[in-house]
Formats: sequence, C-alpha cells, structure tokens
Amino acid sequence: MNSKKPNRRGFLKGGAALAGVAAGGAGLASGQTAGTPAKKLDELIAYGDRSRFVTSKRIPVAERHSPDEFGLTFHVLTPLQDSHGIITPSSLHYTATHRGAFVPDIDPKEHRLMIHGMVDRPLIFTMDELKRLPSVSRIHFIECLGNRARPTHKNVQETHGLTSCAEWTGVPLSLLLKEAGVQSAASWIVAEGAEEVKGNSSIPLAKAMDDCMVCYAQNGEPIRPQQGFPLRLMAPGFEGIYQIKYLRRIKVVDRFYMTYDDYGHINPDPKASALTHQIGPKSVITFPSGGHQLSGPGIYQISGLAWSGAGAIRSVEVSTDGGQSWKKAELQSPAYRMAHARFGLGWKWDGKECVLMSRCTDELGTVQPTRAEVAKFWNEPVDKVRVRGADNTVQPWRISSDGSVHNGMA
Amino acid sequence: MAWRRLLLVASILGICQTAWSQSPTFGVGRAPTAEEIRAWDIAISPTGKELPPGQGTAKEGAALYVRKACAACHGVKGSSGGHAPTLIKGSEVPNTVPCLSPCVNDSNVMAIHSPYATVIWDYINRGMPLGKEGSLTPNEVYSLTAFLLFKNDVIKEDEVMDAQSLPKVKMPNRDGAALPPEWKHGEPRLQGYP
Repeated sequence: MNSKKPNRRGFLKGGAALAGVAAGGAGLASGQTAGTPAKKLDELIAYGDRSRFVTSKRIPVAERHSPDEFGLTFHVLTPLQDSHGIITPSSLHYTATHRGAFVPDIDPKEHRLMIHGMVDRPLIFTMDELKRLPSVSRIHFIECLGNRARPTHKNVQETHGLTSCAEWTGVPLSLLLKEAGVQSAASWIVAEGAEEVKGNSSIPLAKAMDDCMVCYAQNGEPIRPQQGFPLRLMAPGFEGIYQIKYLRRIKVVDRFYMTYDDYGHINPDPKASALTHQIGPKSVITFPSGGHQLSGPGIYQISGLAWSGAGAIRSVEVSTDGGQSWKKAELQSPAYRMAHARFGLGWKWDGKECVLMSRCTDELGTVQPTRAEVAKFWNEPVDKVRVRGADNTVQPWRISSDGSVHNGMA
Repeated sequence: MAWRRLLLVASILGICQTAWSQSPTFGVGRAPTAEEIRAWDIAISPTGKELPPGQGTAKEGAALYVRKACAACHGVKGSSGGHAPTLIKGSEVPNTVPCLSPCVNDSNVMAIHSPYATVIWDYINRGMPLGKEGSLTPNEVYSLTAFLLFKNDVIKEDEVMDAQSLPKVKMPNRDGAALPPEWKHGEPRLQGYP
C-alpha cells in the first residue's frame, strides 16, 4: 500500500479526532469565538464578503467630487474594467443624484406609495400590501444621461461607469394603474421620491403602461439604500433620472410637467429632445480598455458589454484595425431586453499598435453610430460635435506597441 | 342600419380599451384621505394651476434671502464660490459641468435657465433650504422666487408674484424646450438618426 494514500485506519483516527472536537470541543469552539472579531464572524456566517485580494471599487466622477462640502453624493462610477457577465453587484452599482443627495434612512414599515391624479380610485399602499400583489423579476440596465459626458476620459470606468445592470423585482406599474383606473384624458405620469429633495420626473403614460415596474428588490435582496430603498420605479431603457428612487407618489396627469429634473433634459430642437428619453444602442469593450496592460503578443479574449433602450441586443461586431474591418463577436450571455449583454471575441495580438472598437445592433436593427455619423447628421465638425441625448457613439481603445491601453479619443 | 350600429359599438369598445379603465381586481390598498393627498401633492406644472394662494415681492425676498441663511451657501450676491449652485447671472464662477440644455447667455443659472418660472417656485418649495426642505410658507416661496427673477432682470422689483402672475412670467429661455415626441413601444428614438 502506498504510504501516502490515506488508509482506513488513518481515516478512522481522523474521524475520531473530529468527533472529539464535535463532542467535547465546546471549550475549543468558544476559544475560537473569543479570538475571532465579531465583524469576521459576521462575514463568515451572517453576510459574506469578497476576498481581500479583490479590490475593485467605485469612484466619484472627477467633475463633481463626492461627498461635497455639504456631505452630498453626486455621481459614483461602476468599475466596468473589472466586470464579468452582465450582473453588477449591488455594492458596485453606479449611483447618481441630480442635485446631490443624502441617502435617506427610510423605515419600510412607515413607507407608503400613493397613486392619484386622473384616476377613478386614488390608492395608497404599504410595502406589505405591494408584496401581496403579483411580482415580476427582470434584468435591466440603468444608465445616466451623463455617462460619457467627456469623450477623453482615461479608462472605461470614467467613460462608461454610469451604467450598471441588475435583476429587479417588483409589481408591474400597469397593474397598479389599472387598480386605480386611469382616466381617458390622461397622457403622462409624474413619479416622485420621498428623499429630502423629492426628486420627480415626467414619464409618458404609454411607457408607464408598457413595462415600468415598482421595485422592492435588486439582485435577490431588498434594494440598497443608495439605489432607492425601500421602493424604486424602473422605466426600462429610459435615462437613469426616470428610475425614481424612494418612490412614494405617482400622479397621473394630462401634460408633461416640466419638473426640475425634466427641464434640463429637453432642448429647443425637437430632434434633440427626441433623443433624451430612451437610451440608444451602445457598446464598449471592457477588456482590454484604458489603463489595462497586455503582457505581450499572443492570444487575448476581448470582452465587453452592449445594451439598448429600445430592446434586446441582436449582434455585436468588433474591429481590431480601427474600424476598417469588423468581425462578429460571440454573445456570451442571454440578450434580455433593455439589459447589458456580454460579448467576446478571441484575438491574437501581433504586438503592433492598433485600435479596438465595438459596435452593436439592437432588435430594431438600429446600429450604434460612430462619432462621424452623428456629426454628419447634425452637420457639425466631427471634432466639435455635441452628441445629443446620452452619448452612444463607438468607443475606440488604442493598444500601444508596449501593450499599454489608452482612450483612442484622448 | 344594424351594421352601422355594430360599428359604433365596436368603436366605443375600442376607445374604452385605449383608456385603460378597468375594475380593480385585487382590492389591495386603501383610498388616501384628501389631507394625505394635499400634503404630498406638491408638483407644479407650467400652467401653475397647482400653485397655492399667497404672494410675494422681490423686496420681501431679499430680506428672506438673508434671514433664511440662503447666502451662507449661495453667497451674498448669489454667487456660489463653488459651494452651492449660482443663483444670479453674471456673478457665477466658471462652471466645469456643461449645460445640459442650451445655456442662457452662457449661463446655467437655474433661475433664468428654466423655461417657466413655475419650475423655480416648485424647486424652492420642495428642495430648499438644504436640511429644512418643505419648511417655507407659500408667501416666502413667492417672495424668494420674485427676488431671483428680479436679480436676473426678468421682472421688476415691485412686481407681485402670485398664482396668477407667476405662470405668465416670460422667461428668457421660454422657447428653449421642445416637448419630447410621443413614446411608442418598439420604435427608435428619432427616425433617420444614425
């Protein structure tokens, strides 16, 4: 018998030793307890933490630091460069507030949702009552209009980190509106939060009845306070500002209400205003991206995310020669409607300088535009064009011959 | 004729369908009281029809601007100095955040940037002062709104702002807001846009 193999006798001995620990080892166990900090025990048993070797974290946008002099938090970016798959962990989900906000400490037992205005039966719900109604769970991205406010940022967290994707659970808004009985002259809703500034936005009634959700859970647990605990409106594919956090009121109305959060998003040009509700088809390569370092020529897996406010991603193409030729990438995740989709493509780097790009096509057949195409539409020079709505143009990453990766537009 | 009547009935049914009216099926939740609705129903539309009774002038607003400590964050002259948003044009420090909509005279100052004066009233009423939101009376909000409009050369110092006059104020950016088009499921944002 090979002495290195555990034999039966040895196994029995070990078993007896373990049993000894289990039966008479109370002193040992309590000794361990005394030596283990409460926080560590909490992590081992109550709520798991990630490895100390994993350090990926959110950062505030450079232009408006958080917290500011008043303790207000503005825009905090998701580390897309470290992301895998399509779900953003709740703790790394981006957060944005219009004027800056304190995170309210809301007791869900006290929280109410009121639906009123142009309805036959105004209604007020407790959280428990909302949870008695049929629920749906859907995977949706959220993206801030300000994502890629500047095309020259260094890395993908700075350029594209104001988007994240999570599973959201709640009651379809259409169900609640039907309970209240929407009157025929109604055409918009105003949704409003309970936080100190009571942020509110106007949403077309057609959208509200189509796929909006009143959500109480994110990624399988109650929504995090920064994301709107205990209740958040989800308007899939619309700009982040419509996903009202701390939702407490929906008023059904017959006009666009031009709220504080509305007015900055519309424009004298109807064509520009048309681009502000829904997010256009958009993709970005997350690896390799700005700040990454390739170790040398050879095989790499290009990876990235694609999404559209109009529906599901149908296909993604990748160029490794600055847009001269395109190869179809593999969709490596389910392509849900208004959700991030993960794409990938095997690539052999020859060690020469090159530019990587991705472009996606959504279920309507709309193709993500280049900056030059957008400039042509507005009849503006390509280096000066202001992309109306959220900037969904193609993002180039330049690989230098030393393997360092840079923003191709910086 | 019978078929015409049938057509009429069919078209009425069609209208009812698009009106989304239907009987409640779950019976969960209760009717809010009138007082509960009144307490929360704070959104003011450009029509101003939701504005409460009350009135105020720029002179009263100037005194309130000091008394309510607005100046502590927004500066004595409405110039923020980087702490809180600038309220009065010409005094602002250069803003690193680009204007979302076209600026008025290169200014992103909310008090003149918004197309309707009702937006200013609504925002002061719901969001100010920081930490004491919702504590101002309607008269105080009318006065502070009048003060900001006067200091930005939109109204005269003695103009009284109330539920009738405020919605009629012609803001410099009144034509700076085309409404978004009707939203439809499964349609691109703008036909012909790349």
